Amino acid sequence: MSDPRELYQAVILEHNKKPRNFGKLEPCTHHADGHNPLCGDQLQLTLNVEEGRIADIRFEGSGCAIDVASASLMTGAVKGKTLAEAEQMAGEFRALVRGELDAAAPHHLGKLTLFEGVRNLPVRVKCAVLPWATLSSALKGEAQASTE
Amino acid sequence: MVFQTPLDLERIRQDFPLLVTPFKGRPLHYLDSAVSGLMPQVAIDRVSRYTALEHTNVHRGVSTLSQEATDRFEEAREKVCAFINAPSTKEIIWTRGTTEAINLVAQSWGRANVQAGDEILLSAMEHHANIVPWQMLAQEKGATIKVIPMDDAGELVLDDLDTLITDRTKVLGLTHVSNALGTINPVKALVAKARTRGVVTVIDGAQAVPHLPVDVQDLGCDFYAFSGHKLSGPTGIGVLYGRKELLEAMPPWHGGGNMILSVTWEKTTYIGLPGKFEAGTPPIAAAIGLGAAIDYLRALGLDRIAAHDAHLLAYATERLSAIPGLRIIGTAKEKASVVSFVLDGIHAHDVGSILDHEGIVVRAGHHCAQPVMDRMKVPATTRASFTYFNDTSDVDALVAALLKVKEIFG
Repeated sequence: MSDPRELYQAVILEHNKKPRNFGKLEPCTHHADGHNPLCGDQLQLTLNVEEGRIADIRFEGSGCAIDVASASLMTGAVKGKTLAEAEQMAGEFRALVRGELDAAAPHHLGKLTLFEGVRNLPVRVKCAVLPWATLSSALKGEAQASTE
Repeated sequence: MVFQTPLDLERIRQDFPLLVTPFKGRPLHYLDSAVSGLMPQVAIDRVSRYTALEHTNVHRGVSTLSQEATDRFEEAREKVCAFINAPSTKEIIWTRGTTEAINLVAQSWGRANVQAGDEILLSAMEHHANIVPWQMLAQEKGATIKVIPMDDAGELVLDDLDTLITDRTKVLGLTHVSNALGTINPVKALVAKARTRGVVTVIDGAQAVPHLPVDVQDLGCDFYAFSGHKLSGPTGIGVLYGRKELLEAMPPWHGGGNMILSVTWEKTTYIGLPGKFEAGTPPIAAAIGLGAAIDYLRALGLDRIAAHDAHLLAYATERLSAIPGLRIIGTAKEKASVVSFVLDGIHAHDVGSILDHEGIVVRAGHHCAQPVMDRMKVPATTRASFTYFNDTSDVDALVAALLKVKEIFG
């Protein structure tokens, strides 16, 4: 693998230490629990969707730095986005961490490209993807998401 | 502290190709024998030789080849029998591993003997392999699972044992050595207590056999299960020791070839022990490889291995404890050479990924023991396990890498 510092950059470490949008929305319009059975990472996502847009989103749970930073940055990135835009970003993010994103084509990930280093750590891809998988489940009305 | 070992480590390390061959261009520090042991060259060669020159199916036909394959296969059973001092090879059942061995007991003995309202007693430090088969049985039968608690050090709390064991308790499932914490449990005393109450004992020995001389007659247990691959042998082979009178009374579990005396459309009869529990073609090469691994360990000396492990555990505990923010999870007085730990504010998987980059192989996660993690109030730990080919340089490399983890995480 490449140097772990490529992945554990300052922004990721900072979001791990001080996650944004941490907590629970009550009431909420959408929610899902994400679970990574390999490592036991857990994530509870609550959202309020208004007129087809994610008006607010929060997460709770415990996980590694990659998982927590991914959830923190994801919640910030999708807030205010339409459901279609959020799904589009989820697909782009999956492609990014699997090393399958076409760098030449336009995408909507912005600073989420920080997670590019995960592609060099195949066993950690699921950690980065868990928040996004949970988001997709919540938007589809499924209560449970798993990276398996 | 001065490190002493009765083993010739320099020579021993030459027996393990992975330890003397660069892995992706660098030497590896293999501190993961509790996940799976490395096989010494003699065991690898034994598997190869059998596969290349001696192989056909066992217990079949009249060919010399088949007879000799059967002899080698049964010799491996004799080696296992002697290794754990079982009274008879009839009491040594080959399985795929510890998990299958425990499932065999739960499905065969358990389904015949556990009824609605009965109780299954397990310890708080069981591996999922000694929990889930019993949960499946309890659900099927309407039985209840009770748990012997443990304290913050990872030692079983036995004060209430007399009330935990009731007239409805049918079985005690207990790990000999905790895979997640390293605790060595007082199996002999607990088995004796269970026996006076008529409770059948099932001991998970997967983590014990690599570290301690095990004598099933001295322990007095009814069943003892372990895996070949944690004992420097191949994967896909494991052992269930069971007391003959119990095994004989148990119905078969898997049906098929090898385990039958005669089959007609009307009625099938079964052969005796151990074949009754060995339907189908067994992992012959793996069994013979395990026999070779046991020979290797006995030549090194089980007592010398235990002494080496104890010294290295003491050294590792001292060095790791000195790292600020590092907390060892599992501080029982009696421990095998397994050190689980957490670093303040840093998840075990992040620790594991950075150690991996430094060429240090450890386990990071819940160790298939989620109830243990819950009890210790940690989501996961990093676990370094030490065996007879590890030395202080492995510990020193681990410590240096952990300091790097702390530096990255700030």
